[in-house]
Amino acid sequence: MREIPVATIRDAVAELCRIANFELPQDFVTALRVAQTKETSPRGLRTLQLLDQNQELARTEQVPSCQDTGFVIVFADVGAEVKVIGGELEEAIQAGVGKGYKQNYLRASMVEDPLFNRTNTGNNTPAMTHYEFEPGDHLHLTLVVKGGGSENSTKLYMLTPAQGAEGVKKAVVEAVRMAGPNACPPVVVCVGVGGTADKAMLIAKKASLREVGAAHPDERIAQFERELLEEVNATGVGPQGYGGRVTALAVHVETFPTHIASLPVAVNLQCHAVRRASVTI
Amino acid sequence: MSAVQDPIKIHTPLTTEQALQLKAGDQVLITGTLYTGRDAAHKRFAETLARGEALPVDLNGQIIYYVGPSPAKPGQVIGSAGPTTATRMDSYTPQLLELGLRGMIGKGKRSDAVREALKKHGAVYFGSIGGLGALLAKCIKKSEVVAYADLGAEAVHRLEVEDFPAVVLCDAHGGDLYSSAVKEWALAE
Repeated sequence: MREIPVATIRDAVAELCRIANFELPQDFVTALRVAQTKETSPRGLRTLQLLDQNQELARTEQVPSCQDTGFVIVFADVGAEVKVIGGELEEAIQAGVGKGYKQNYLRASMVEDPLFNRTNTGNNTPAMTHYEFEPGDHLHLTLVVKGGGSENSTKLYMLTPAQGAEGVKKAVVEAVRMAGPNACPPVVVCVGVGGTADKAMLIAKKASLREVGAAHPDERIAQFERELLEEVNATGVGPQGYGGRVTALAVHVETFPTHIASLPVAVNLQCHAVRRASVTI
Repeated sequence: MSAVQDPIKIHTPLTTEQALQLKAGDQVLITGTLYTGRDAAHKRFAETLARGEALPVDLNGQIIYYVGPSPAKPGQVIGSAGPTTATRMDSYTPQLLELGLRGMIGKGKRSDAVREALKKHGAVYFGSIGGLGALLAKCIKKSEVVAYADLGAEAVHRLEVEDFPAVVLCDAHGGDLYSSAVKEWALAE
């Protein structure tokens, strides 16, 4: 067994909070630059240019690119030979988020109870955590920061198998159109197809971990993503909903086996503030 | 093609006459005072008005900026400070417009009721770019909490801004940039 102290995990998570909020990933920056060559709407282009300046400023001044420093979601891949010492893995992750948010002046946005006590918890905990177990002696952590505006635009469709791929396309385009400016386009459209309702939603969220615009390894799905991107960008919503060609930077689709009666489709829109960071311990 | 014109400079407080001149799509640079307020502050505004009491700030002629800034680092006036989604404030907005609120800055769609109230009271909904928090903070020269300090980022702040960039999303004549822009740029129905 390989022993990893909780303090190591806590400090690594705190550092991921800083990186995710201050330094938008290079794959996103590249996609934003490509988008500037494609956008023909003057208002849309100006918006993309300003977003580029904003991410540069956030990186150089080490400030949040967006004041909504979001929900924190942590995906932990835990090696079977890893033994966390001095406490529990979950505790270590939550402590890291609390520390990272406090020491980096990040906004705390979580309330204690959604219905009866909407008091701020003060340090942006709890983070949502997802664990997967795999062979090996490493702990791999990916931390995602997700804003409320785009998360609120999420849609779940329970389609019938007869609706098929065309039905999925209609649902995705409808979700993007309904969200319009509220999801802070240009978005990355993250789609989960199959499984149960909850599985579809989880794989949609995981689709946001992929580098922006990286094609799915299955060529049929990659082709489906390209077709969807074209349809989404035909809506005319454009950057910030101000009209234009670039409503989405990319469409990412993930699939999972499903029931003979079912075709779940989860659409989780990632705003242009793509905030994620990973570490392997 | 919608060319982007030179921005119109406006100062707060905004008169009804000035508000009436603005058209959906106009770029503006705002200088003067803005009040911040989002979900929790609006809820308290509504509760205060329901009790028949006065609001802690006089909103007549003023502009509310829907923002919950991130905490200021040492030496900063304010942390990142971009707009939040205005849609969530829709249910509270008509009664604030009734009290003379002349403008709001946010992002996202507004309800029919809000757009009708803008026409009725001669007020404007401005958009600033969501996710532009680091850059927009540079236009904010002063920030102080004036009400509901216990709400933290959601407290009502009085901001002094210089050349704060925004666009008119919904004007006082029924114009709505979101719907006209999508019509102009859509390739398919």
